[in-house]
Amino acid sequence: MSQLTREELTRYSRHLILPEVGLEGQQKIKDAKVLCVGTGGLGSPIALYLAAAGVGKLGIIDYDTVDETNLQRQIIHRTSDIDRPKVASAREKLEELNPFIKVVPIEILLNSTNALQVFKDYDVIVDGTDNFATRYLINDACVLLGKPLIYGSIFRFEGQATVFNYQGGPCLRCLYPEPPPAGLVPTCSEGGVLGVLPGIIGCVQATETLKIILNGNTNSAAGGNAKNTLSSRLLLFDAWTMKFRELKLRKDTNCPICGENPSIKKLIDYEEFCGLKKHSDEEPIESLDVHDLKRIMDNEPDTLQIIDIREPHEIAMGAFPQSKYVPFGQVVRRKDEFDPQKFNVFICKVGVRSEYAIKALREAGFNGRLANLKDGTNAWAKEIDETFAVY
Amino acid sequence: MITIQLPSALRGFTGGQPEIELPSELVKTADNAVRTLAQQYPDLQRHLFDENDKLRSYVNIYLNDEDIRSFDGVNTAIKDGDTLMLIPAIAGGSES
Repeated sequence: MSQLTREELTRYSRHLILPEVGLEGQQKIKDAKVLCVGTGGLGSPIALYLAAAGVGKLGIIDYDTVDETNLQRQIIHRTSDIDRPKVASAREKLEELNPFIKVVPIEILLNSTNALQVFKDYDVIVDGTDNFATRYLINDACVLLGKPLIYGSIFRFEGQATVFNYQGGPCLRCLYPEPPPAGLVPTCSEGGVLGVLPGIIGCVQATETLKIILNGNTNSAAGGNAKNTLSSRLLLFDAWTMKFRELKLRKDTNCPICGENPSIKKLIDYEEFCGLKKHSDEEPIESLDVHDLKRIMDNEPDTLQIIDIREPHEIAMGAFPQSKYVPFGQVVRRKDEFDPQKFNVFICKVGVRSEYAIKALREAGFNGRLANLKDGTNAWAKEIDETFAVY
Repeated sequence: MITIQLPSALRGFTGGQPEIELPSELVKTADNAVRTLAQQYPDLQRHLFDENDKLRSYVNIYLNDEDIRSFDGVNTAIKDGDTLMLIPAIAGGSES
């Protein structure tokens, strides 16, 4: 085990005097190699606390740049970091926080081709990502490599956290065999998230990571102890009511990847698995940009019906001109309110939910002309009306 | 009464209500409960059931903190005073 220098003994003194950590525990933390996938809302507190705790090698993966809308919750990044790569911004803060550790910035888009190669150099993987395709990819890579996975996810005021694939415990597929069909559940950029929430869930993930390092992070029978971790328990947190609950998780003996007779033996196509791929037999969705829409609004308003499918609190920031308001969740039930003789243009914030609304209407048998406003009201605000809210 | 607790991801389809109570005379199994719920709030239908009318697997149902899969799945018996929680998979975490 690595020895601690005099400076490190001082820096980690509050750990060293904890009987559960002590000198040996702090040396384990120094020798640990942890990979934090994502340096966003969850990744910020995860990486900051693990760096502060003295995790010797801390890998951080992200492919994104810092955006102004990130700063409400992604506290590792600052206003002056806008437009910088997230890994560069995060690396700087982490090295400034703790010069005794090695930070490894990995600026890649994680996928089935590179995941195993990247993961193999680490003992524990922490999931701070934001989409189902990457979450299932991380889960499967961890199961195939036998590495514990510290899971956390958030939505609006609610969070979930657990430990997967540790000491024979369940994995993500045991909990949820499949992700929701694309478009059915809104993402945080559409549904919103309380800025503090990823702080709480991320700190739970950082805590579990440290405990697994202290307990022994291998999956061998001799090397660890799952009892004081969230393995086999799903922690639910509701920030609005300030309630923590936990539910029992069981390993599924029929799990396709960690069960008794696994059918998944290598990484698969996760975009396909999550229904994100467009199929060639699918009828393309007509799309128009904000300039096309403006032209029709000005010249042939009678042929047009704009349907704004955003949520009431979004409309409160500004209703779209000449539009009919039908929130996403009611589109199918209220399909008779749309005139098949008109050109029905669906709009939302960025043009994703509106596309799903069109697909759902088609499936429900609506035969009129349907089109999607490309890039949504945010594009309208940028190109046509700068008084319109960008959010 | 049977109480069904809904996560915020599904409350948009129940007029924002976090909890729905159903009379226990109508609800004998977990399957009865979610189908009665979808009848009362039709916008929930396609979020809870697939095109073959099967309960979607991204929503787990817990009966008093235990996954119904460890009882009899959707046929799990429900009695007066029970609480069912619907817990869907959520994905948020960094999101630009």
